[in-house]
This record gives sequence, structure tokens and C-alpha cells, in this order.
Amino acid sequence: MSAATPVRPGASEPSARGAGRRRRLPRSGRYLLELVMAAAAVAFLFPVYALVSMAMKDPRQIAESPLAPPAPPTLANFGDAWSSASLGPALVNSTVITVASLLLLIVLGSTGAYYLARRARGLGYGLYVLFLLGIVLPFQLGMIPLYKLVDSLGWLGTYQGMVLFYTGIQLPFTVFLYTGFIRALPQDYAQAALIDGCDHRQAFTRVVFPLLRPITGTVIILNAVFIWNDFFTPLLYLGGSDKETVPVGIFSFVGQYVSDYGLVFAGLVLAALPVLLVFLLLQRYVIKGFAGGLKG
Amino acid sequence: MNSAPRTATSGAPRATPPGSASAKGPGGPGGGGRARWSPFRTDPAVPPWIFVVPALAVYAVVVLYPSVAGVVYAFTDWSGVGSFSFVGVDNFRTLLDDRRALESVGNTLLLTVAVVVVQNGIGLLLALGVHANIRSRALLRVIFFAPAVVSPVMVAFLWKYVYNPEGGAGLNGVLGALGLGGLRQDWLGDPSLALWSVAAMVIWQYAGYSMVIFLAGLQGVPAELHEAATIDGAGAWQRFRYVTWPLLAPALTINLMLSTIGGLKLFDQVYAATNGGPGTASETLSTVLYKEAFVYGKFGYSTAVALVLALFVAAVSLVQLRYLRAREVTA
Repeated sequence: MSAATPVRPGASEPSARGAGRRRRLPRSGRYLLELVMAAAAVAFLFPVYALVSMAMKDPRQIAESPLAPPAPPTLANFGDAWSSASLGPALVNSTVITVASLLLLIVLGSTGAYYLARRARGLGYGLYVLFLLGIVLPFQLGMIPLYKLVDSLGWLGTYQGMVLFYTGIQLPFTVFLYTGFIRALPQDYAQAALIDGCDHRQAFTRVVFPLLRPITGTVIILNAVFIWNDFFTPLLYLGGSDKETVPVGIFSFVGQYVSDYGLVFAGLVLAALPVLLVFLLLQRYVIKGFAGGLKG
Repeated sequence: MNSAPRTATSGAPRATPPGSASAKGPGGPGGGGRARWSPFRTDPAVPPWIFVVPALAVYAVVVLYPSVAGVVYAFTDWSGVGSFSFVGVDNFRTLLDDRRALESVGNTLLLTVAVVVVQNGIGLLLALGVHANIRSRALLRVIFFAPAVVSPVMVAFLWKYVYNPEGGAGLNGVLGALGLGGLRQDWLGDPSLALWSVAAMVIWQYAGYSMVIFLAGLQGVPAELHEAATIDGAGAWQRFRYVTWPLLAPALTINLMLSTIGGLKLFDQVYAATNGGPGTASETLSTVLYKEAFVYGKFGYSTAVALVLALFVAAVSLVQLRYLRAREVTA
């Protein structure tokens, strides 16, 4: 068990079968702990309270009572923020880039890993190590040559430039996750399909790939959160273009309206909302993906 | 590594008895039970190499080629346009005389240490609290983890307000309301505080991430061990120290690796909250190499700084993996 050991098929099932039952605290201790944790949560949530309450105040309320809840709350900031931050286009851009990158990562990652997992000696092993190297290399090392390359392709300010970047930069991690999972998968199914006359492509798409669903879920969650929130590279590649993603759009929006807290905070709320909603809907899977993505 | 599924099934359809060759070979896990290997042997059960070509091509274009080129550029005076010449180790010599770059190395290390220690400490405490049988644990888990899925830039802007220097707003306002007005600070504007203020907001965002990894570790600690220790007369602290803590080693390894590498590479939060300021007080390696390239046009020098960062990350990963894996035990 270590950081270098990928998830195995069983690891995505609900954990703690028998093992790790919660120990019972005596009642008084439990209430005390409940109180302490609630206090921690309240302190923890203060910035969120500030965010939401400021977003619902007009400038006069912000100046006079910055900490008090909005009285009366106004929703006017949200409409203004939506249009002045161009959040609609930014959400479209983020969605296109994230979805396209995820599709490529799933296809390239799973097929590549299938080869690497089944051809675990010689060339296959060498290539696997080469891919792992990409997890350790900080992307800053290649940042400038890559920027120049994308520039020479004329792909700055385009979707395809970003999609190429994310597919390449996240492939090592994706290949790592898939390879570990496939190695622990029985080979019998694919071999039966081959004996029955499938070629390798059919055996993979019809038999192996459906078996990869749990790890594909983890791949989607971890990569989606990274790609959606990434800032540095889209700032370089897309800044000033009409393809700005949400974090880049918010960055320029805040720079422009920095003193208008109500407007800025309404923009932040709207920009964070899609991710938070998806997280709340899928929280069990998201937390499991993050907790288990690198766990052995 | 758990090899049970592999050994149970892999050799079955083959003529060679499984395991006959598995002790040989370059130590590559998986696949077991092949009689011999050569780099280009085609086994009908192994998918053809075309499967790995698309992934390899994209990886080569986006990561391998630029990284190698980055190492080369680190020894040139490239300005981003036109020709360049090799200048040997001049860029690194410049770095040793560059007060801002040196300060950024120190800041990066301080920031990383602060984030690693505090984030994991808080993450562990939260995990222990949420793991106990309190009623609100599911809700608390969601609350503490939620900031980790939000863009760091947005978190930085939110905290920029929290750190508002005005007396009545944000953190200063809360301190005032609690009667602690004397503790009010210009959190991001004071050079001696800016770096720690950035660290605090990073910790706020990712303590919940550390928590869920520790939580997964805690769920793997068998209750029987705790019961046995209790019967043997161990108190709560002793049960934690001698039962839980050793079994948390894998989770600790992952957490330390993730937070160290994340800390060393930190850019978004610093760029959005302070842009390295005031002065150079919160400059990190990432912000320096960004500015050298895209503000001052010193691309060669910037890649030299990136190479230093890469060496830090690689060194830390290797050392941590080595020392931390050694103390991992299984239940």
C-alpha cells in the first residue's frame, strides 16, 4: 500500500465492510465532540457566509454593515454579474474544453493502459515508466516550449489548444489509474472474446472497456475538477480571447470591478455554483474518488 | 501490492505453467507466467502496440518534448523570439545573485512547510472528529471538503476580502466584534504576514482534502484491534498512538506527497491574492518564473528557474516515498 499503488477494482465499492466500525463514544463525550465539530464548521464557513451575504447587499449596506446579514437582501447583483462577467460564454467554454478533454483522456488513457497492463515486460514496461515520469515532472518545466509550440500551430485562443494541453498533461495520471485497475482485472473475458473470433479492438470496446466503469468514474471526477478549475495555462493560452474559461473570466472580471464587492461576490457565487451543485449531487462519488484515487 | 487476482487467473489459458518465469524478467508487475520475452515478441493474447500509439504521441508532444526543450533552454539566453545562444550555467549563476529569485526559493519552502504541517494536522483532527459516531458526520464531511472542488483563483478572491485591511469588514471585523480589535492586521499588505496569510487560505481550501484521505485510512483500521487494545487496558491516546497512527501511514504518505508537491508548485492563489507582493514578500518560484517569461521576456532564465523547481519536486518526492514507505505497516 503506497502512493504508487493504484486503486484496485474492489476499492471503488462502498468501503468499511466490517472493518473500521465506528467506535462508540460515551454519550457526554459524543455531545461534546458534536459541539466542538459544529463550532469548527461555523468558523470554517465564515468566508462562505461573507461571500453569500455580500453578494446580496447593495453598496450602502456593504459600507454601513459589512458583517451583518443583508437586510433586505437584493438579487440585483446576480443579474449584473452574469452579464458583466460574461459568465454564459465562459461556462460554455469551460464545458466544451472539459468534456472534450475528458473524452480524449478516457479513450487514449484506457487503450494505452490496456496495452501497458497486458504487455508488462520489455517495451511495455519501459513505456509505463516513461508515462509515470510525467506524474513527477512539474509542467512548468515544459511550459514555455509548449506555449511556443501551441503558438506556432496558431492554437492560442482556441479550444483545440486547451484540449491538447489537458489531454497530454493529465495522461500520465490517467494511464497510471487505468493500468493499475486493468492489471488486477482477470484476463479471461478478453481472451474468451478473442477465441470467439473478436479482434483486439472489438474485445476491448465490447468486453474490457465496460469492465472499467468504476475507474473511469474516478478518472472523470479527478480530471474534471482539475481541468474545470485550472487557471495558469488557460490564462496564458486564452486570456483576452473569446474562449476564456470560468476561472480566467472571473479573474479579469474581478480585476475590472475590484471595488464593487457586491457585484464581484455575486459573480463568484454564480461561477462557483455549477461545480458545487455537481459536487453536492455526486458527493459520495466525488469524495470517494479523491480519497481513493491514489490509494492502494 | 496485492497480486491475488493476477496469480489466480492470468496463466490459465496458456500452455506454460503459470509462475515458471515470473521470478525472472525486469520486475514488471502483472502479466505473470510468460515463458520468455523479447522486446517485440507478438503474443496473440496481448493487444497490438497500436493501442498505445495515440496516447504516446500526445504525451510526447505535450510533456516529453517540451520538458526536454525546457532543460535545454535553461542553458540559453533565449528571449522568446528569434535566435539564442548557449550561455552555459550563466542563468543559474544569475539566479544565485538574484535577490528576488532567492527570496522566492525561501518563500516557496516556508510556504510548503507551513501548508504541509498545518493542513495535514487539521485534516487529521477533522478526520478523527468526523470518524467518530457523531450525528452530523455526513454533513460535516461535505462542508469541510467542498472548498477543494472550487477554483483556487475564486477562493483567493474570497479570501482577499476576508483579509480586507479595513477595520469593520472580513476577519478584522470579526476580531473587532469578538473584542479582539487589537489583533487586527493588514493581512496581505504587511510584508511579514502576507506569506502566512496565503498559507492560511490554502490550508482552508485543502484541509478537507487531507481529511477525506485520512478518513479512508481510518475506515481501514479494524475495530477488533481497538477492542483488543481496550481490553489490554490502553487508553484513548495509547490506542491512537499504537493502533491507529501506524495504520494511517499509507494515508499519511499520500497526504504528505500531495500537499508537498502542491505547495512547491503553488501559483494561482499567490498570483490572485498578492501577485508576489508586497514587494517580494510572497513571491514563489512559480510566480517568479511566470514573470521572468511573460513580463520580462527572459525565457531562458525562466526555464532555469523552472528546472530548479522541477529538481525540488523530484527530490522531495523521492525522499518522501523512500522514508515514508519504510514505516508503512498493514493491519
